[in-house]
Amino acid sequence: MEPFLRIEGVSKFFGQFQAVKDVSLTIAKGEIFSLLGGSGCGKTTLLRMLAGFETPSAGRIFLDGEDLADVPAYARPIHMMFQSYALFPHMTVAKNISYGLKYENMTPAQRKDRLREMLDLVQLTPYADRKPHQISGGQRQRVALARALARQPKLLLLDEPLAALDKKLREHTQFELMSIQARTGVTFIVVTHDQEEAMTLSDRIAVMDKGSVQQIGSPTAIYEYPNSRFVAGFIGSITTFAATVAALNGDQVRLHVADFGAEITARAIENLNVGQEVVLALRPEKLHISHDCTLEGNVIAGQVKDLAYFGKDSLYRIVLPSGALVSAHMVNASRGSGTRADWDDNVFLSFDPASAIVLPA
Amino acid sequence: MNRRPMFLVCVLVFGFAFFYIPILSMMVYSFNASRLATVWGGFSVKWYISLFSNEQIVAAFWLSLKIAFISATFATILGTMAAIALVRFPKFRGRTLFSGLVNAPLIMPEVITGISALIFFILLAKLVGWPAQRGFATITLAHITFSMVFVTTIVQSRLQQSDRAIEEAAMDLGAKPWQVLWDITLPVISPAILSGWLLAFTISLDDVVITSFTTGPGNTTLPLLIWSKVKLGVTPDVNALATITVLVVGLGVIVAGIVMGRADRRRELDAQMAYRDNK
Amino acid sequence: MIGWFHRRGWSDIIIALPYLWLVVLFLIPFAIVVGISLSTRTVTAPPIGFGGDNPWVSLSSYARLFQDDLYLRAFFTSITNAFVAMILCLAIGYPMALGLTRVSRNWRNILLMLVILPFWTSFLLRVYAWMGLMSKNSWFNEMLRDSWNFLVPVNWAVTFVPMMYSNFAVVLVMVYTYLPFMILPLFASLERLDPVLDEAAFDLGSRPWQVFVDITLPQSIPGIIAGGLLVFIPAAGELVIPSLVGDTRAPMIGRVISDTFSSARDWPMAAAVAVVLLLLMVVPMMVYSHYQAKGGAR
Repeated sequence: MEPFLRIEGVSKFFGQFQAVKDVSLTIAKGEIFSLLGGSGCGKTTLLRMLAGFETPSAGRIFLDGEDLADVPAYARPIHMMFQSYALFPHMTVAKNISYGLKYENMTPAQRKDRLREMLDLVQLTPYADRKPHQISGGQRQRVALARALARQPKLLLLDEPLAALDKKLREHTQFELMSIQARTGVTFIVVTHDQEEAMTLSDRIAVMDKGSVQQIGSPTAIYEYPNSRFVAGFIGSITTFAATVAALNGDQVRLHVADFGAEITARAIENLNVGQEVVLALRPEKLHISHDCTLEGNVIAGQVKDLAYFGKDSLYRIVLPSGALVSAHMVNASRGSGTRADWDDNVFLSFDPASAIVLPA
Repeated sequence: MNRRPMFLVCVLVFGFAFFYIPILSMMVYSFNASRLATVWGGFSVKWYISLFSNEQIVAAFWLSLKIAFISATFATILGTMAAIALVRFPKFRGRTLFSGLVNAPLIMPEVITGISALIFFILLAKLVGWPAQRGFATITLAHITFSMVFVTTIVQSRLQQSDRAIEEAAMDLGAKPWQVLWDITLPVISPAILSGWLLAFTISLDDVVITSFTTGPGNTTLPLLIWSKVKLGVTPDVNALATITVLVVGLGVIVAGIVMGRADRRRELDAQMAYRDNK
Repeated sequence: MIGWFHRRGWSDIIIALPYLWLVVLFLIPFAIVVGISLSTRTVTAPPIGFGGDNPWVSLSSYARLFQDDLYLRAFFTSITNAFVAMILCLAIGYPMALGLTRVSRNWRNILLMLVILPFWTSFLLRVYAWMGLMSKNSWFNEMLRDSWNFLVPVNWAVTFVPMMYSNFAVVLVMVYTYLPFMILPLFASLERLDPVLDEAAFDLGSRPWQVFVDITLPQSIPGIIAGGLLVFIPAAGELVIPSLVGDTRAPMIGRVISDTFSSARDWPMAAAVAVVLLLLMVVPMMVYSHYQAKGGAR
């Protein structure tokens, strides 16, 4: 079956600089898809090419089987929610929302109905006659959303939809966006640099770096099974160690890690050979700290160098005999500090082989 | 998306042609050998020679320069004071009238300003015997009055933009009121004061109408001289004068543009550094 | 709050000096003009009469102003010329200002300097430049004549194009000299507009010209009003341009004031015309400050 949106080998040059490098993606109808990456990774350029503000230097984009190459921005059934919201300051909330309907072939009654429906959807009916500067940031965000949805687009592009909101409002708005998406059934493409935002909102995420897509997958897949050092480091935090493959054993691999001065076991990835140099990545929350030296499996000895107490949890920095540092997260499940590791304590770190991430060097 | 339609480019080209063709034409004809200023009769620099040997023109030029210099300086002092008064003193008796007085000359047609100044000087001479003769002093007084409000407008907008907190910081660090004015306020608004002075200088140097009403016998400024020549029609030596003016002003603007551009960049850099250091 | 000026002496000098200056040299002279407009013309020197044989307050000059065709026509000519000049400046200046916001940064600075440059050269010389172009034997006039004669039947042919000493010449030169006053405020207001708003409108299905009408134009209204006033107000009171290139049979009001005052030595009449002119100027000014106040409330 033809996918809803197909991006095929799209590249974009600005002079000598290649902002987007040969990106190919398919997106299904009704999906929330995120383009995640740091600034300058090409995600915004890709979004602007979908909206029709930039023309791809190479490659093609199909929406519902239709090639968008010759469709100007104003004729595309794709609408955008701008990062700055781009609300028209000289128009009221109602005028802003219904602006997209102005040149549509609709009767005034239909327009009014749609406006009412949209105001209702974003719960802004009492603010219809205010100007954008008379409402709060969160309300502005909802006006921008309603304005982009009013023309019933096939695809909605959201450029950093939550970036301008403060932290409290952000969480609430995240869920609101998801519920509005579910109610309208419109396909969302979200551009964001915020990994948490991408993780909670999206069905699938494409992590981008330097113009190309590094990995596409569900939030879980991207977090638990990153395919490169970049993806592993960009999403969540990791500590990495150089390692050598010592032995292969079915779906497990024995790695020699110089910093540990020992061998450990980890889940294998494809195409490994004995003697190959690889990278071992450990996430802080997958490590367990204890004073107990009798543990079995992957155990490393170290000393607590630093600890930050956040209340519900603590972050430790453990120095290994080799001098390398490892970060480890501990949930403070019980009250009192009797059992907890403290500064300068000698401790043992252990982790499950399945939690250790092996990455190509 | 095309942000630069052909139409806008065409209008720009047409607009600048409209601006500069008359000036260029005038400059070309300043090298015209023919006495008829509009008919080309070969290349010659004789109008430049006749211009510089014309004592009347040279004298008028120096008089204009003198008046412009003095009136711009006084206008800048008074105008800056007015701006400080309006921006930094939220309340004083007669403030509304004062701000009205500062804005009114901006919309007053020059003819009216000129005539009221003339009548004022005539009646004053009748009442107190001064000015017995109109001339240098009366022209300068009139020029100060109508150019100071332009200085006020410029300095006022700069003062409104400037960060009040730096003055408070200086006071907090123990500076006395006049020290704050001298060390902080004036340096911050100095670019505006300078451009105010330049504007007042050009306004005075350029003025015909008000000068023509406030002048007296023997006090012909350069614009008045050109005015009387031009009234009789097109004359070639005015072409030469215009060419020199355009070249001098053009050069001045370019130099000022480069210097100010550099100063701006420097200031921007300074501000950025200060900001970064603060972080 | 307490400023650096909290000491009495300081604030007094800073306020009083410019205040007194403007009162003595601007307010009092203008008050005298208003007074003179209510006086009677005499043959004395100065040629005004108050009291004695003459009435203390006489409205005869104002009455004459509204009866005499000369004054009313002059007002009408001035207002129309200034209005036409303003509209033409807007028609040329708006696309120019819009174009300036769309060129690269370096070009923009150079072009802006080129807009301002004529402003720093002599006003009189800019008027004079057009006198050269418009006069009978100039290359410009010949070029226009030749193209006219080429386009029209032979019996309509002319030996030169009559441009000088007409309202056409006045409007043309006013447009030329005042165009920068229109471009600069327009540019300032257009430059502030966020290009993302244009993109948003495109995205919502508007064609380029619809984006202009719906988004760009309404947001630049303050600039249009400021530029319009900066052109209209000096143009309506203009003296130099109509004196040099204008039609002497249909003078503008500035010329009439000057002639009534200097040649006819009718001070009360000149003063009355001046007062009425100033009142006419106040109307557009009030529109402007009304708009400014509205903008300030935002």
